[in-house]
Amino acid sequence: MTAFLSSSFMHNIFGGLATGVIYSLVALSLVIIWQSTHVLNFAQGAMAMLATYIGMTEIDRGIGYWWCVIISVVVGMALGGLTERVLIRPLYGKPEINPIVVMVGFLGVLEALAAAIWTSTTRNITEPFSQIYYQDHGHLVFLSAFIVFQILLAIGIMLLVAALFRFTKLGLQLRASALAPEVSRLLGIRVGRMLTIGWMLSAGVGAVAAVIVASGNFGLFPTDMDGIFVAGFIAAAVGGLESPIGAVAGGLLIGLAEQFILAYWSPNVAPLGGIIILVLALMIRPQGLFSKSVNRRV
Amino acid sequence: MIKVDDLSVNYGAVRALREVSFDAPTGQITAVLGANGAGKTTLLRTISGLVKPRNGDVHLDETNLIGMATENIARLGVGHVPEGRGVIEELTVEENLRLGALSAKVNLAEGLSEQYERFPVLGERRRRHCSTLSGGERQMLAMARALIARPRVLLLDEPSLGLAPQVTAQLMRTIRELCENEDLTVLLVEQNAKSALRIAHRAVVLHLGSVVANGDAQSVAADDDLRRYYLGVVVS
Repeated sequence: MTAFLSSSFMHNIFGGLATGVIYSLVALSLVIIWQSTHVLNFAQGAMAMLATYIGMTEIDRGIGYWWCVIISVVVGMALGGLTERVLIRPLYGKPEINPIVVMVGFLGVLEALAAAIWTSTTRNITEPFSQIYYQDHGHLVFLSAFIVFQILLAIGIMLLVAALFRFTKLGLQLRASALAPEVSRLLGIRVGRMLTIGWMLSAGVGAVAAVIVASGNFGLFPTDMDGIFVAGFIAAAVGGLESPIGAVAGGLLIGLAEQFILAYWSPNVAPLGGIIILVLALMIRPQGLFSKSVNRRV
Repeated sequence: MIKVDDLSVNYGAVRALREVSFDAPTGQITAVLGANGAGKTTLLRTISGLVKPRNGDVHLDETNLIGMATENIARLGVGHVPEGRGVIEELTVEENLRLGALSAKVNLAEGLSEQYERFPVLGERRRRHCSTLSGGERQMLAMARALIARPRVLLLDEPSLGLAPQVTAQLMRTIRELCENEDLTVLLVEQNAKSALRIAHRAVVLHLGSVVANGDAQSVAADDDLRRYYLGVVVS
């Protein structure tokens, strides 16, 4: 057993899962924003990065890790709510491409802003859990306390998001507002408020992903989330934008694919993993592996 | 009571409603009749705040609804069943009903059982997605979803559209019963003038955005000229 756990195969499995959960979290944030607004936020990664950078400046002043996480998430949510109110609200009723273009532009602004304030070098947070791999009778098992934390966190958030949409009044109102805004207003639902809440929740979950990246061995730099966003976006598309479980599964699948390509082929083609899975998924189940609904426009 | 006063609505250069005035008394059904493009749907959408009028007022008892947000008008007790029914297809029957009850602060369990009693077919299909419902079932769901909030006013936009005559007749009976038992103010927009006039207390006839007749339903129904020119009913 020990030999198996410390085999290079399992090394790749654990490594793939560790990367995959970050994609899963980004995908979850996209599921939230899709379910509650039917818009996809292309600046999701950059917003999360900025929120985490603000959290990290606070950590420099001596606050603990968990406070940094809380500040990043709160700043992320505030940024999400503000973005919806200021940048997105004037675009309702306009062509669907408009919010996409605006958010791609905003992405550039945020990344430039972060680089201007904090420089474009990598910054990281000292994590509260050890990054040192476990050992079993002298054999390395390529799993650390931090990776376990990462995986449990993603699963925990997935369960919360699923429960929010399935069981709560807020979740029902969020979904209704996205599906049928006019009818929802006729039923007395404050649709404008729901859209803001949708953006806030989504940006909050996105910030968790960026905090984890910043806590990892390689840290976070201003454009770091771009590639992660693309992988998370593919994960959400593969899993189905309506399904939190699909988002997490999609993220893990892409993380694993990248890791195995990296290990057995070449690090240079690792990012192809996501694309290959996307193409396969679109050929087999274009609506998403875990999605029930058939017609979806992205 | 709903009091519409001098209401005018423009869509660009098109005048959808021209100085429309009438009263819809409490506990009565007021039928709003007229051909396509007469302004019937625009009238209901203006009352609900979905369309901003150029001029005029709509009072629900003492409150002027003009300028209020749609969701606040709904929270005052104005239930609007839109044209095409507006059930949210991706949600289940029960989720649609829960949405109706959310902002009204009514007891959900009580409301649900009351609606399932009134429309047993909805109880049988409560976990089904609305995309699987028939036209008649959707209309019942749309009505139930409005009623679960215990509205004071019910705005019904073409409830008979696309329904078989028997289903329409049953629906009209239900509307009449509701109005009598719950003391509702009902504004019933219909192209099907005959079946609407059968249950309505009062009738307003619109033609190209203007009121051409306004009175009790029987006298409107008895007026051959109105029927011939505006209601498309063959005079025998």
